[in-house]
Amino acid sequence: MGSYIPNTGSEQREMLREAGYADFRELYADVPESMLIGALDIPSGLSEFEVRSRMEALAAKNVRFTRIFRGAGAYDHFIPAIVGSVTSKEEFVTAYTPYQAEISQGILQNIFEYQTMICELTGLDVANASVYDGASAMAEAAAMCADRKRGVCLISACVDPQSRSTVASYCFGSGMELVEVPEKDGRTDMDALAALLSDKTACVCLKQPNRYGIIEDVDRAAQLAHAAGAKLVESVYAMSLPLLRTPAECGADICVGEGQPFGMPLSFGGPYLGFMACRAELMRRLPGRIVGETHDAAGERAFVLTLQAREQHIRREKAGSNICSNEALCALTAAVYLSAMGPEGLKNAACQCVSKAHYLADRLCAAGLKLQYGAEFFNEFVTVSDVPADRLLARLAEKGILGGLPLGEHEILWCCTEKNSRADIDEVADTVKEAVK
Amino acid sequence: MKLIFEKSVPGRSLSLLPACDVPAYTLSAPVRGSAPRLPEMSETDISRHYTQLAGRAHGVNDGFYPLGSCTMKYNPKINEAAAALPGFTGIHPLQPEETAQGSLQVLGDTARLLCEITGMDAMSLQPAAGAHGEFTGLLLIKAYHRDRGDTKRTKIIVPDSAHGTNPASAAMAGFTIVNVPSGPDGCVDLDRLRAAVGEDTAGLMLTNPNTVGLFDRNILEITKIVHEAGGLCYYDGANLNAVMGIVRPGDMGFDVMHLNLHKTFSTPHGGGGPGSGPVGCKAFLRDFLPSPTVKEENGRFSFAYPAKSIGSVRAFYGNFLVVVRALAYILTLGREGIPAAAGNAVLNANYMMKKLSPYYDMAYDRTCMHEFVMTLERTKKEYGVTAMDIAKSLLDHGIHPPTMYFPLIVHEALMIEPTETESRETLDEAVSVFVGIMEEAKRNAEKLHMSPLTTPIGRPDEVAAARSPVLKYAF
Repeated sequence: MGSYIPNTGSEQREMLREAGYADFRELYADVPESMLIGALDIPSGLSEFEVRSRMEALAAKNVRFTRIFRGAGAYDHFIPAIVGSVTSKEEFVTAYTPYQAEISQGILQNIFEYQTMICELTGLDVANASVYDGASAMAEAAAMCADRKRGVCLISACVDPQSRSTVASYCFGSGMELVEVPEKDGRTDMDALAALLSDKTACVCLKQPNRYGIIEDVDRAAQLAHAAGAKLVESVYAMSLPLLRTPAECGADICVGEGQPFGMPLSFGGPYLGFMACRAELMRRLPGRIVGETHDAAGERAFVLTLQAREQHIRREKAGSNICSNEALCALTAAVYLSAMGPEGLKNAACQCVSKAHYLADRLCAAGLKLQYGAEFFNEFVTVSDVPADRLLARLAEKGILGGLPLGEHEILWCCTEKNSRADIDEVADTVKEAVK
Repeated sequence: MKLIFEKSVPGRSLSLLPACDVPAYTLSAPVRGSAPRLPEMSETDISRHYTQLAGRAHGVNDGFYPLGSCTMKYNPKINEAAAALPGFTGIHPLQPEETAQGSLQVLGDTARLLCEITGMDAMSLQPAAGAHGEFTGLLLIKAYHRDRGDTKRTKIIVPDSAHGTNPASAAMAGFTIVNVPSGPDGCVDLDRLRAAVGEDTAGLMLTNPNTVGLFDRNILEITKIVHEAGGLCYYDGANLNAVMGIVRPGDMGFDVMHLNLHKTFSTPHGGGGPGSGPVGCKAFLRDFLPSPTVKEENGRFSFAYPAKSIGSVRAFYGNFLVVVRALAYILTLGREGIPAAAGNAVLNANYMMKKLSPYYDMAYDRTCMHEFVMTLERTKKEYGVTAMDIAKSLLDHGIHPPTMYFPLIVHEALMIEPTETESRETLDEAVSVFVGIMEEAKRNAEKLHMSPLTTPIGRPDEVAAARSPVLKYAF
């Protein structure tokens, strides 16, 4: 069996004796005899060599696509080598939440830098140290907006299904009423939104670009929400931030998003990163860890976890959220990624995503598919065709290409990132053309 | 130390991407007014900046880390190697199931192993952390009562010794919280529990071993009282490291629980996440689990969508790479290694408690589980030295302080959890440091008030930080 216990059997026996126990059983004297289990019904432990083989065999059972045209909440962006180099440093990997500021300045300073970057990207005033992922970030944001008078959350049907399902679960818990705003031609129906807003509305939740990749009129949604006294929660695709009007410019009160595009591999869905920023007036309602700058007695710059009066370990059942562990190492990943990309590099990557998606859309249309919606899209778009989606995708899979996500029998949601080369896009289009014939 | 923004030099960059090889497309949608002020750096600058930051952090490998209730055990490297396999990192969560059989099997196998270890019948790996698991488990309880039309069960009973996340999670799930005081031994007061339960009881949340590190001997009676009142019992798995492979929550009478893979199953804490907080339940709650779960039929794995699912609590299936690490750990330890880890965690704690007893007051004078609580109340009264002073003084000796001022029911508390991965020498050295500090407290309290003296910064002004918050760099 494998073990990470340093003490040998004889050392353990000596320690038992010195502590005043005859054997291990005596340590568990408080446990009723009837409750003790004889042995677990699981396999015996293995050597590292065997474990490695076992895990490699499991990984080998997956098909790893190197050419991916699928997004829908998880995006295959380029990850600079420096990211893994930094994020594998053991001081970052193995530390706990930085409760002891004196020996955690490295982690605290990084969170402070990360918060600054999120504020820069979103244009908003305050960011937290992260939450679990983009979907739970939206749920937390909706909860921030609720109060005694306003208990309704309006969520656009164009928000991704993962986020909608998560917000629904959180609302089931809190009792917040969740109402869906219908879509119209692939975008949030603003007239329907205007009609649904009332003095009970706490917030309107939108996704930018939305689940179909289409760019929403967030300004309009924010105006409508604010006119009714409600907040606007905007969930953004991280890679759209360097290009599109910022959430702050659009009038969003809270911006959340899935930070995975900022340096995190696909990893079958996690760990990812929920980022969260808001206007200054909502600062004390923001959940999770927040790092602030202060100084020590000698006047030295210092960083600490702050505004803790919001949090569960102080307020218990009166806390706005129960969040404790968040995604600190993923926030570090994002910070290193953003530093490596820089403002120009990030914008360039985003531009390439957009340009390649539009090139793919043109080629697919030429190959016989049609765009489902007419509105402008970012780097994802939906096609429709008489040919079943499964057949098209199977042809692509034969060539080692992961095509778009089937949304229905004939609809496919495609995605491009900066990693998709022109040659690969052409191959996708050619393959589709063959299949459509 | 300078912030990364203060090291930025306009025009510096890395060469990461080739030029765009398709025609440039210009969006007609409105664009942002100004570029984000991200750092402009060379790779050397970045690399050195983060190495400098790492030098100002303290991980498990930097020294003894007896942070109570956090189970800061060693993070095995084979786990990291497994989680870094491209066959895991490169898999899209929405790939066709037949192309993700390895990932699905990781989820399926881990769930099955965790069910056996906990005595539960079904497990969801979706929750991303312990508190997230608590919330999920409470939604299961809510959905269960509601499904039976039993809508009057609106209260969750929480002992006053509970971790703050327990009442906070219950409140998020829409419950009213009934706090029950602990008895003098730190355990549940049965009479008070009996008085607290009733027709409005949705459930009880409990940690066992509890937050003072003691195994509640009355556990079967406790869960019986709650069940007889029609409530369900929720097990907070924060302290499972003490008893895994020895006794199972499912056998103690618990119906639903969460685990912390980042505590008990050796996955790293990452400076505050990503963790993983799987939720297990008995068969009668299975249909309420978050969607999707994983099922196996004839060696083929696929997603399943529980009939009365509470929905999702996050996107996709959980912190998958954390689950990969935990699976590697369970495979390594196996049937014999898991109880051995628990036994040695308990041994290390009792050994250290015994060695410290002549010098420090223990909050409870009985066999502890994986952790024990000391009270510095007398030291504070006699020498003016607080738990905080002791903690800060430990920093000067390269030891991460124990958990301070928790649980709330013990005054001037220091909670020590050595874990099983520490050697006897480490424990002995730590004991002599603790003893030395207590001698210093008697001789020269002032010196302890000044501590730490050797860390990158001295005690920070937290009041100033909260009074006028500076939460981002002022460019």
